[in-house]
Amino acid sequence: MKLEINHVSKVFLQRNEVSPALLDISTVVLDEEFLCILGPSGCGKTTLLRMIAGLEPPTEGSITIDDEPVSGPGRKMAMIFQDYSLYPWRTVIENIAFGLEVQDVNRETRMKVAGSYLDLIGLREFGDNYPYELSGGMRQRVAVARALAIDPSVLLMDEPFGALDAQTRNMLQIEILKIWEKTRKTILFVTHSVDEAVFLADRIMVLTSRPGKIKEIVAIDLPRPRDRTSPDFAKIRRYVLSLIDEHAIVQ
Amino acid sequence: MGFTLKGFLKSFPFLKIALPLIIIVLWAVLSTLINNPFILPDIASVLEVLLHPVSDIQGSGSLLGNALISLGRVILGFSVACLIAIPLGIVMGRSERVHDFFDSAVQMFRPIPPLAWVPLALVWFRIGLTAMVFIIAIGAFFPVLLNTLDGVKSIKKTWVEAAVTLGAREGQVLSKVVLPGALPTIWTGLRVGFGIAWMCVVAAEMMPGTNSGIGYLIINSWYWSQVDVIIAGIIVIGIIGIGVDFLFKLVERKKFMWRELDR
Repeated sequence: MKLEINHVSKVFLQRNEVSPALLDISTVVLDEEFLCILGPSGCGKTTLLRMIAGLEPPTEGSITIDDEPVSGPGRKMAMIFQDYSLYPWRTVIENIAFGLEVQDVNRETRMKVAGSYLDLIGLREFGDNYPYELSGGMRQRVAVARALAIDPSVLLMDEPFGALDAQTRNMLQIEILKIWEKTRKTILFVTHSVDEAVFLADRIMVLTSRPGKIKEIVAIDLPRPRDRTSPDFAKIRRYVLSLIDEHAIVQ
Repeated sequence: MGFTLKGFLKSFPFLKIALPLIIIVLWAVLSTLINNPFILPDIASVLEVLLHPVSDIQGSGSLLGNALISLGRVILGFSVACLIAIPLGIVMGRSERVHDFFDSAVQMFRPIPPLAWVPLALVWFRIGLTAMVFIIAIGAFFPVLLNTLDGVKSIKKTWVEAAVTLGAREGQVLSKVVLPGALPTIWTGLRVGFGIAWMCVVAAEMMPGTNSGIGYLIINSWYWSQVDVIIAGIIVIGIIGIGVDFLFKLVERKKFMWRELDR
């Protein structure tokens, strides 16, 4: 997997006024990397993710995956949304099997594959339940399994744990790392939580507030599992926080 | 816990049956006071008609037979309305341009009562099934269309986006996401639409020259001053209306529970 973002900018038209959302974003995402995109709300981090997913075209610049330009949603990438966006009329296992179903995989095979991802997220006994019978944390795990089931190279996660309480959030952070280690996917993870980014990422792309520019890309070389209470963790967190705060003061 | 009188009294829906009971008592009192079956017949004579649903009334056919004829017509007209309104509502909900193309016409025709079309229907189709189906279809069309449109428009954007990133093609997005996602709202439209269609059939059957159906039976009984048949007919119309509505609601509760629970 090779994902390249070359001088990508995005401009929105709002009430006949041009409003730049993102300016000149470039980076090469490494294979099997956990990259967090961090920034204040409204900085365009979700827009960046949506452009990578092929849901929106960039105004300028290009995004390529394995040297092919991203021109629309493709099967190399799967997106996970903050609101889970599971299909409430489908059972958990049918939700996970959705991606295979639309690729015309036969029922037996897709149920088997979906079952294995159900095991991966530890919800084996909930396969026949409906999403509304599950807690928020469980629903987001199902959404992760649904994305993984099409075996994409890249997982795009848009503030996936933003709607969850702190405890569930911490639990899922540990879980997503486990899944990442097991499946060796490349993960792009949008968040506005410095703590979350430092806990998860190999590298953090810190964006400025709107219009979003790359402030700095911070490599985190702390070994995993990371200890939030360790001095090293605190040091990096303070540094990343300063990148965001400093900008706020300049503004 | 066994059966207790107290428990029974507590759970019995007194409030819900109070008014119907009052109406029945009032009817009994008034019919005795008026003492004229050509104005208000007594309960017994109406019951007499209701309890013989298959016996012929003045050569106009039976109560049940005519009700079934009406039901058949309404199903026909309702189906025609759905076949046009549901697909149209879906494309209008999915495409801004299609929406803009149809919207002003829809807004213009929507407030016209279905019965205002009766004379035109008679001119265009003469008296007969086609004219009735036309009136019924117009009555059912708008609630079905507007609810379909609303259902499609209120689909979560991320439902569609998730499907697309998972590799769904446009047709699959439609059949596996948009349609099931909008179905509860479409169903509400069907329920409302059927209710209006049912009102329309009765009125359409009162058009001059009709010779069957529950509406015809009622209007014909007026010519013959059979007020007991008129009232029995009205009661049958009400019962069928409630019955169909109940069936719609039953499916709603069984199949579309997720709409209330998925919050």
